[in-house]
Amino acid sequence: MTAAVDTQALVNEITSALKDKPGALLPILHGIQDAIGYVPPECVPDIAKALSLSRAEVHGVISFYHYFRTTAPGQHTIHLCRAESCQAMGGEALGTHAKQKLGIDFHETTADGKFSLEPVYCLGNCACSPAMQIGHDIYGRVSADSFDSALAELEQAELEPSA
Amino acid sequence: MTITVYVPNDSSAVSLGADRVAKAITAEAERRGLSIRLVRNGSFGMYWLEPLVEVVTGQGRVGYGPVQASDVTSLFDANFLQGGTHALSLGIVEDLPYLKKQQRLTFARIGKTSPTCLDDYLAYDGYRGLAHALAMSQADIVKAVTDSGLRGRGGAAFPTGIKWNTVLNTDADQKYIICNADEGDSGTFSDRMVMEGDPFVLIEGMTIAGIAVGATQGYIYLRVEYPHAHIALNTAIANAYQVGYLGEDIQGSGKTFHLEVRLGAGAYICGEETSLMESLEGKRGLVRFKPPLPAIRGLFGKPTVVNNVISLASVPIILDKGGDYYRDFGMGRSRGTLPLQLAGNIKHAGLVELAFGLTLRELLYDFGGGSASGRPIKAVQVGGPLGAYLPESQFDTPLDYEAFAAQWTVLGHGGVVVFDDTVDMAKMAKYSMEFCAIESCGKCTPCRIGSTRGYEVMDEIINGHNVEYNAKLLRDLCNTLLNGSLCALGGMTPYPVLSALNHFPKDFGIDEPAQVA
Repeated sequence: MTAAVDTQALVNEITSALKDKPGALLPILHGIQDAIGYVPPECVPDIAKALSLSRAEVHGVISFYHYFRTTAPGQHTIHLCRAESCQAMGGEALGTHAKQKLGIDFHETTADGKFSLEPVYCLGNCACSPAMQIGHDIYGRVSADSFDSALAELEQAELEPSA
Repeated sequence: MTITVYVPNDSSAVSLGADRVAKAITAEAERRGLSIRLVRNGSFGMYWLEPLVEVVTGQGRVGYGPVQASDVTSLFDANFLQGGTHALSLGIVEDLPYLKKQQRLTFARIGKTSPTCLDDYLAYDGYRGLAHALAMSQADIVKAVTDSGLRGRGGAAFPTGIKWNTVLNTDADQKYIICNADEGDSGTFSDRMVMEGDPFVLIEGMTIAGIAVGATQGYIYLRVEYPHAHIALNTAIANAYQVGYLGEDIQGSGKTFHLEVRLGAGAYICGEETSLMESLEGKRGLVRFKPPLPAIRGLFGKPTVVNNVISLASVPIILDKGGDYYRDFGMGRSRGTLPLQLAGNIKHAGLVELAFGLTLRELLYDFGGGSASGRPIKAVQVGGPLGAYLPESQFDTPLDYEAFAAQWTVLGHGGVVVFDDTVDMAKMAKYSMEFCAIESCGKCTPCRIGSTRGYEVMDEIINGHNVEYNAKLLRDLCNTLLNGSLCALGGMTPYPVLSALNHFPKDFGIDEPAQVA
């Protein structure tokens, strides 16, 4: 209950801070997703009202862009590049490995809520293919082994600060 | 004496461990009680050598690479701070042939400076173009850009000066400059390198554009996949505002130019200029009909210049050294330089800025050193996911817009993705259709439906069902996409698909000699 109220307050705060920018909708959606990890469908009416748009228009924008999501992501979202340059360097095999290792397909989140796997079409790291991005961290020349150790490092990092 | 050490913070260098190397160097220097000044610079774009560490010595900047954090202790043991010899020694970096053979105009500073440091930018000839522009009439600035022969580096190669001239001569209470930084093509990263490695050159270019056409507001539409570039741009913009290079009364000239970065949201189509403007207006990125041209009715219905990062970043040197200086590089109607990006299965992947005219073969072997795997190069895709695949027989094509077009190929944004002989070109053709289906904005039928049908037809071909018939169907479908689509996404997806089919029919299960598209 409190969490829902908090979310709404946060959404309203972000919306009112940005709504007067020209073309404010994308900055608002980014603000919300940056703050809570996704754009909750229940905040669509509030955004629509603030911008004098219909709910359909706001929903239409959210659903148009691959980056915006309407469900909570895992703790870490892995963006794995599937584009040509990475394919030329074994990107497809890496994708298969990632899916197998995590036990999920693209656009899914592991049962323990730790990792989400998303395809991405180019990270601009094409001189170091294959590439992936976890949060803001980018990884180059990723192999099955370095994929596993990147995940292990993240899991390790979580254990350390709480200890 | 304090010794200066450079470790790049370019995101590709970071993806290979540059942050860990920087940290290890600082820690090891402290442990040994040595005083160093560690500077995070841009990357020279020699990515097989990244992380490339440089030390400033009396002889110049001495390089070591590729350096991992585990090499740092041995570098100190080898006295690298005095340029000592080590297994990773590269010698003087600017003398490395890969760099020395280039003609770096747009990338002149990248790698040499600390990207968001304005003093560095000024020390390396920054803002000289703007200083000249401020003393010129608007029409003269546009004329200098027209005279330079600069054509849109985003891929369409439209003359930049003509676009600017249209906006200059269209009356309006508000005009805009948009930088298209939605660099979505696989195999391209030159925009990213500029934004991360020399953000001020883009800011200066946009400011000159604003002054030239009378626009007071600029937007950089940046793809969300580039968080490092986002930080660098915002830092540089804040620095520029602080000392009066942005905002009102720029350098006491009375001119105003405001600049803001806006993030995309993972839609490839928003690299198309009208879709980009829809997105900036807060809408779905649906492609607009043209006319009206954006130069007459663009963002929020106002006259708008939309230019690619490299086009805008090439403007300062044109205004600094003159249109003629820039035009003297290149061949035919392709003037100046093109930053080429070598990617995929290539030994020496990286950034190569050269005057137009070099052949693809020279680029692949003299610079690239052949495939990374050591196997023969089978196909090269130039110009991004909508560019044609070139077989070995076309490798002698000079890198020039017209020479490429004559071969039914495109130079585009200069991305070059290399594949060795393990690639299955039918699978690549299927992927092109899949990509088009995923990224189609859905406005026009050929692209929206045709891409999905193309994907299905490719599936049939790959599964060996009725191959002759389906190949004919694929050609027919491509013909519809090519001629009936609203924009380049649907209109150019046939380039990779048909070039794969024409040059590599065996991969499609067809024995007959290639047909011409």
